Amino acid sequence: MSLFRKVALAVAALAVLVLTGCSEQAYNMREGVTEISKEVYELHMIAIWVCVVIGVLTFGAMFYSMFAHRKSKNPIPAKFSHSTTVEIIWTVIPFIILIALAVPAVSLLIKMEDSSDSDMTVMVKGWQWKWEYKYIDGDNDPSNDVSFFSNLDEQSLKTRDNSGKNFSGTPIDYENYLLEVDNPLVIPVGQKVRFLVTAEDVIHSFWVPDFSVKKDAIPGFVNEVWTKVDEPGIYRGVCAELCGKDHGFMPIVVHVLEQAEYDAWMASKVEEAKSGPDLNERTMAQLMTEGEAAYNKYCAACHMPNGQGNGPFPSLVGSPIIEGDIEKHIDVVVNGVSGTAMQPFGQQLTEAEIAAIVTYERNAWGNDKGDKAQPQDVYDFKNAGKEE
Amino acid sequence: MSDINQQPEQDKNKVMTRKLVMVVLIMLAFGFAMIPLYDVFCQITGLNGKSNGLAVYEQQEPDTSREITVQFMTITKNDMPWDFQPVQTQIKVYPGKEYEVNFRVKNRAGKAIVGQAIPSFSPNLVSQYFNKTECFCFNQQTLAAGATEEMPMRFFVDKDLPEKYDTITLAYTLHNVTPAEQQTQAAD
Amino acid sequence: MGDHKPTGISRWLFTTNHKDIGTMYLVFSFIMFLIGGAMAMVIRAELFQPGLQFVEPNFFNQMTTLHGLIMVFGAVMPATVGLANWLIPMMIGAPDMALPRMNNWSFWILPAAFILLLSSLFMEGGAPNFGWTFYAPLSTTYGPPSTDFFIFGVHLMGISSIMGAINVIVTVFNMRAPGMTLMKMPLFVWTWLITAFLLVMVMPVLAGAVTMMLTDRHFGTSFFDAAGGGDPVMFQHIFWFFGHPEVYIMILPAFGIASAIIPTFARKKLFGYSSMVYATASIAFLSFIVWAHHMFTVGMPVKGELFFMIATMLIAVPTGVKVFNWVATMWQGSITYETPMLYAIAFVILFTIGGFSGVMLALTPVDWQYHDTYFVVAHFHYVLFPGAIFGTMAAVYYWMPKWTGRMYDEKLAKVHFWLSIVFVNLTFFPMHFSGLAGMQRRVPDYNIMFSDFNMWSSIGAFGLGLTQFLFLWILVKTCMLKKGEKATDQVWEGAEGLEFNQLPSPAPYHSFSTPPKVD
Repeated sequence: MSLFRKVALAVAALAVLVLTGCSEQAYNMREGVTEISKEVYELHMIAIWVCVVIGVLTFGAMFYSMFAHRKSKNPIPAKFSHSTTVEIIWTVIPFIILIALAVPAVSLLIKMEDSSDSDMTVMVKGWQWKWEYKYIDGDNDPSNDVSFFSNLDEQSLKTRDNSGKNFSGTPIDYENYLLEVDNPLVIPVGQKVRFLVTAEDVIHSFWVPDFSVKKDAIPGFVNEVWTKVDEPGIYRGVCAELCGKDHGFMPIVVHVLEQAEYDAWMASKVEEAKSGPDLNERTMAQLMTEGEAAYNKYCAACHMPNGQGNGPFPSLVGSPIIEGDIEKHIDVVVNGVSGTAMQPFGQQLTEAEIAAIVTYERNAWGNDKGDKAQPQDVYDFKNAGKEE
Repeated sequence: MSDINQQPEQDKNKVMTRKLVMVVLIMLAFGFAMIPLYDVFCQITGLNGKSNGLAVYEQQEPDTSREITVQFMTITKNDMPWDFQPVQTQIKVYPGKEYEVNFRVKNRAGKAIVGQAIPSFSPNLVSQYFNKTECFCFNQQTLAAGATEEMPMRFFVDKDLPEKYDTITLAYTLHNVTPAEQQTQAAD
Repeated sequence: MGDHKPTGISRWLFTTNHKDIGTMYLVFSFIMFLIGGAMAMVIRAELFQPGLQFVEPNFFNQMTTLHGLIMVFGAVMPATVGLANWLIPMMIGAPDMALPRMNNWSFWILPAAFILLLSSLFMEGGAPNFGWTFYAPLSTTYGPPSTDFFIFGVHLMGISSIMGAINVIVTVFNMRAPGMTLMKMPLFVWTWLITAFLLVMVMPVLAGAVTMMLTDRHFGTSFFDAAGGGDPVMFQHIFWFFGHPEVYIMILPAFGIASAIIPTFARKKLFGYSSMVYATASIAFLSFIVWAHHMFTVGMPVKGELFFMIATMLIAVPTGVKVFNWVATMWQGSITYETPMLYAIAFVILFTIGGFSGVMLALTPVDWQYHDTYFVVAHFHYVLFPGAIFGTMAAVYYWMPKWTGRMYDEKLAKVHFWLSIVFVNLTFFPMHFSGLAGMQRRVPDYNIMFSDFNMWSSIGAFGLGLTQFLFLWILVKTCMLKKGEKATDQVWEGAEGLEFNQLPSPAPYHSFSTPPKVD
């Protein structure tokens, strides 16, 4: 018996150790900042405790038996091998426990799936490997819809790239490494926001742990999920479904603002959208500087910062596209190359960015075509279509 | 073991093996049958907005006691050189009344492009209450280079739509389905 | 029939003997275990610290994909087939398997399948990189060219498994010794019979899924492509219709092993034999109606989610019955702790921990937080490593004296056990925490806040990997160097069953030339 007590004490001590550890933020699921996420957290804790109790009882009995019924202590084994009563009991009790767990789960799930009465709608679209957010306006004028792309931030990109010349800093020095973006999603506090989640290419998954929101983004179909955040703040999430090479490098950052701040942000975004593309002419030096920045942000992940390419992604140094007509080069960047990993960038990059990237690619890493593309050229190309 | 015993035993084995191979073939067929079964399942549950065949509108008294907001969303695939927008992003409708909305398309490319719009509903269960009497999404659409068009969609919302739904979002994803040979010809 | 056997390479190439084929399966699965393990080492080395140190993200994805495929189809499944080959004829009093030539084919297809799969590493565009679940459209439209080799490889593995399963079913139904009724069969035979039925039912569905992938890739169909009227979610339904029973295909034989070992070393009959059989059968049945619990985030209707949640939770009931029965078998027994028993006990405890996280994952609302995080990785590694693989190791230690006629080195084996159990927990337990803290699966790099857990996991993984070379040495020492004392015919004091009571050690080349008497 004393042995049994020792074991029981040890198990209890271990459980306490693990669970006190669990209550700290970094070890356990976070409570989050919405009503739903807090209920999810509670259900999670209930489930853990149920498991711990059953585990302590079952393993306790087992360890007791291991000590008390070892051969040196109990040389003659018992003969029983069957007891209908006991078997019925341990079929029925788990059944009841499971029902007790299922009841709160069912009601919570129904609550989570009820997206009616939402105040606003944001379309979330997953791309390889970035997110696009589009605010759906109710005023019947699609041209007022604000939309933008959200990419991994520059510092994470530079920290991550330990192969090229842009490498700087280490993941240890950067608190938000791989959890920061250039353009965060912005939503107002206290409003029920409905997300319509879809994808361009492969399946992604939109996950913000603090909201207890996770929904797969499926190309060609639209999924719905909602949240209502009670505290302003910055919340970080990630893509949760393997979506190819840079699956680990497309975080989600949500800024939750007070209503007034949100309105001001929205107004500035609408203004920006209305002013149209920046088509000012640039000098070669300007194009090269802007081009390098944009190239490193959008192209270097595949073609590498030194333009040498990598595996299936071709080198850009002295390649036929670089050596060929500049119009064709713009075409490849704007429309992509079908049947390959080269995506069309026409929708997500501005005219100025495309012009700068094309110019940079033609004049960097030993390429010296000397010609340049202006934003206006790209604009004309995009809007006139190809001259046949 | 003597050879005399072995003969019937081997026959027994053969019979049983044949049966099991049949099971394997049936399960293989079942794997493929899951596709139509899934469509049936989607039809029953309204999942993914797949249930939308052509519906016929019968003259009926609209239910004016409640208004449903119908939102229209358009998603254009990256390789699809069309502008695709609803003329109205949302309208309020009475269940049981027929409405017509239009979608504007423009082919930005310098060649003819074939498009196919695929609908998807949110919440996904409402699709079984959303009846289309005419829709561009039933067929592939072809637009000549630079052409513009307004594509109509006529629909009515079923009066049986459960009370808890007040908003229906209909999203169309527009895919480029121009046949491959046509694309390469145009590129030449 | 004498104990003569052909010699040289042709013995192995053309053998139709269940013991030879069983040995080949076991050796093959151990080689695959080391290859898949080496890939795990690459993964853990990259994840040792945040930042990209060793491999490119694309290669990392190839490693996770191949690690999963090789461990599931190359290590765990062939290992249990190997055990079935060795043990089932001996346990039911048969001379050999019912379909010996098919047995030979079903083994030799396997190396071909895995050479195909592994050769993709050296192809342009690299090996498959879309995860072992190969979700469309990442594996169809966006898959590397080597995907076609992967598809062909999966077809071959499927054919091999189906043939193996048919063989087991026919053997069990037609080859039992007189008096060996179904309800007298050892539980290992029962669990394998049920496993074989699962295999026959679901492997063809997997074959269908990869065939659809192939036609989507090359023949213009659009099963999984929305543009042509298909649906990528459809792929997941088909895959998991196969995938969930597959989970039980891997674990049920281990249930049978534990049910053989625990009574032996407790010197007491298995508690609740018939409820064990019914529990196994109900787990198998339930496994067909729970597949969509892998897909709670794809956007199913609420009613569907509720159904799959409840059905999944139900599996805990028969699984609980099994665990309680094992504990009751030990209760008031006369227990000794030889290595097989240690592994069996570790199996029961650690598998149950995996079962607990399984119940938590079944709760749909909470699953939204767990899904596709390291919590899931921890969960299925707990049921697979200390579950299926510890079960297999227990079986190898338990029956090796019967197979070879020699005892293994008990001291080394205990060292192997204690190192394995420490490292397996060090590797996989911290993954619960990194998952709950918010680390998603299948990423080569992560934020600093997950670094402690990952460092522990990596240290554990390296230790676990190295420990298995000790296992290799123990096997070589016993089986090839023929060191170790001679085993008695009964081998273990409390061992029951035809293989221990009616066959000498080592077991003769042909098990029962005349049917044994079963009482």
